[in-house]
Amino acid sequence: MAELLQFVFSGLTVGATYALVALGFAIIYNASGVINFAQGEFVMAGGMSASFLVAAGVPLPLAVAVAVAAGVAIGLLLEKFAIEPARRAPVVTLIIITIGASIAIRGVAQLLFGKQFHTVPPFTGEQPIAVAGATILPQSLWVMGASVAVVIGLSAFFGRTKLGKAMLAAANNRNAAQLVGINVRFILLLSFGLSALLGAVAGVLISPITLTSFDVGIMVGLKGFAAAMLGGLGSGVGAIAGGLLLGLAEALGAGYLSSAYKDVIAFVIILAVLVFMPGGLFGKASAERV
Amino acid sequence: MRSLPIRAFMSAALSLAAGALLAAPAAAEAPPIKIGSFLSVTGPAAFLGDPEEKTLKLYVEKLNAAGGVIGRKIELVVYDDAGDSDKARTFAKRLIDQDKVDIIVGGTTTGTTMAAVPLAEQAGMPFISLAGAVVIIEPVKKWVFKTPHTDRMACEKIFEDMKARGIAKIGMIAGAGGFDRSMRQECLKVAGNYGISIVADESYGAKDSDMTAQLTKIKNTAGVQAVVNPGFGQGPAIVTKNFRQLGMTMPLYQSHGVASKEFIKLAGEAAEGVRLPAAALLVAEILPANDPQKAVVVGYKRDYETKFGTDVSTFGGSAYDGLFLAVDALKRAKTTDKAKLRDALETTKGFVGTAGIVNMSPTDHMGLDLSAFRMLEVKKGEWTLVK
Repeated sequence: MAELLQFVFSGLTVGATYALVALGFAIIYNASGVINFAQGEFVMAGGMSASFLVAAGVPLPLAVAVAVAAGVAIGLLLEKFAIEPARRAPVVTLIIITIGASIAIRGVAQLLFGKQFHTVPPFTGEQPIAVAGATILPQSLWVMGASVAVVIGLSAFFGRTKLGKAMLAAANNRNAAQLVGINVRFILLLSFGLSALLGAVAGVLISPITLTSFDVGIMVGLKGFAAAMLGGLGSGVGAIAGGLLLGLAEALGAGYLSSAYKDVIAFVIILAVLVFMPGGLFGKASAERV
Repeated sequence: MRSLPIRAFMSAALSLAAGALLAAPAAAEAPPIKIGSFLSVTGPAAFLGDPEEKTLKLYVEKLNAAGGVIGRKIELVVYDDAGDSDKARTFAKRLIDQDKVDIIVGGTTTGTTMAAVPLAEQAGMPFISLAGAVVIIEPVKKWVFKTPHTDRMACEKIFEDMKARGIAKIGMIAGAGGFDRSMRQECLKVAGNYGISIVADESYGAKDSDMTAQLTKIKNTAGVQAVVNPGFGQGPAIVTKNFRQLGMTMPLYQSHGVASKEFIKLAGEAAEGVRLPAAALLVAEILPANDPQKAVVVGYKRDYETKFGTDVSTFGGSAYDGLFLAVDALKRAKTTDKAKLRDALETTKGFVGTAGIVNMSPTDHMGLDLSAFRMLEVKKGEWTLVK
């Protein structure tokens, strides 16, 4: 029983980051139909910036805030200078642009930060907390807690604010939204900023546990994308469920089957979902997204 | 305008004089000793090949400044094989056939080395490899030698230490990289020789960021007294963190692959008490003054770090050892005759390198024993020697 609990803890911790990344995919997908393959780079940018600011002597809370802001800035710049100039191009072209952008961001990070791995100090100590025979790091609680807070914040934003509702409207029908006076271009910019925020938050939170380097974005991005597909691309609830499920599947698979097949288990599940439920777990044809 | 012809004449005269000055001793001097090398300076193994090339160039320069070896200057010919075995083979052929070098010191990876071995054997070319795997010298090849210790020795060093602590049952967790898998294989092979049985054997992917699941399995395996983690890169740091998170208190052994300050920095407090085998070079400062390797490793570290401003690595140390093994053999052979040079290499005795004390024999073309490794333990965030 303690064993199961241990696997669940590590699955939920990793799953929470996958969920944040998957949410980022969903937001941009809804606003533009684009799958932003630079999503993982926001995670890297958040973690690496925090790591270097702390190493430079900046106090941790400030470093975290600046790192998240840096991630958002990268997201906004990406939209402004790479996506927007090509906004009339087909979606496939835009997707390829995001792949190119991710390679470019990774290259710049490699030049700036070097190829080594880096770490961020845990927010509140390293002493593990014992729960019914299993242990959990305080940082894992931070990851889960912050993820929950972000999700609540997002749903309030989309459900309660005018801007959030405008985003939903633009996601549902771009032309109609434009006709009622919503600035669709601004919505697109906002969606990149918001996704980058989620990615950078995930990066800062998880780096004390998993370490970070210039190329962590590839794998995190891929798993986040897989989680988004699993939950149903474009669905907010689906992204969260997909992320957590993927994290749990990986941890339980590694624990009970074989650690050698950890990644295989994750991707086999996704293949199965795509074959038998092509829309993902929570995907609906087109009606209500986000 | 008028001064121009005079200036032109003067500079011409000067350059003539300079040319004569330079040419005079060169004509009387013996031809240089040619040392050939093919290294993976770029490509995936660049972190190995780059310090090797820097080291070779640095010390050839130093040797020539001091008058060369056996009265002759050294000429270094280096090619970059970019980690590609086919290229390595081509360059080895060029070194032998066109450049007509006297000895080859090179071969960054086991792959590139093995591609060149048949050529060296066929041509009768003394060849000192800088790569790690046992296959290079086992079975013994007449013309082939190597400098760095093998991963099997790292396993043996760890098991020796475990045995001394009365540990008989261990768990192993290894990464998926080439270094990790090779060392895991060697550890499985030699564990029995030390009366150690590996009762749990787990692995993790190259980019994995959470190993608690694997470690939980090891933790719950009955009778595990210690854990060894053959690994390279960030994996071992995460394993160490997860190990402490799970409240595991048994001894944890890491490999020589992470013997650097970097590891302690990444693993943080969790690194306390971790043990690993490492080359003397990495603990140059804390070696006792009477250690036979002290002077060599401190000297190399100082030379390299003042010249290039980056930390020394054991890889550059392998190139240092390769070059000076060749120089040592040249001095004893007093000739560049290949057969005599080879014989001199094979009879190397008591050579002090960065990897250890080298004693070659017809059955051992590496010449290192377990004393080449030091067992280290992390105490208060620093490497300390285990007595």
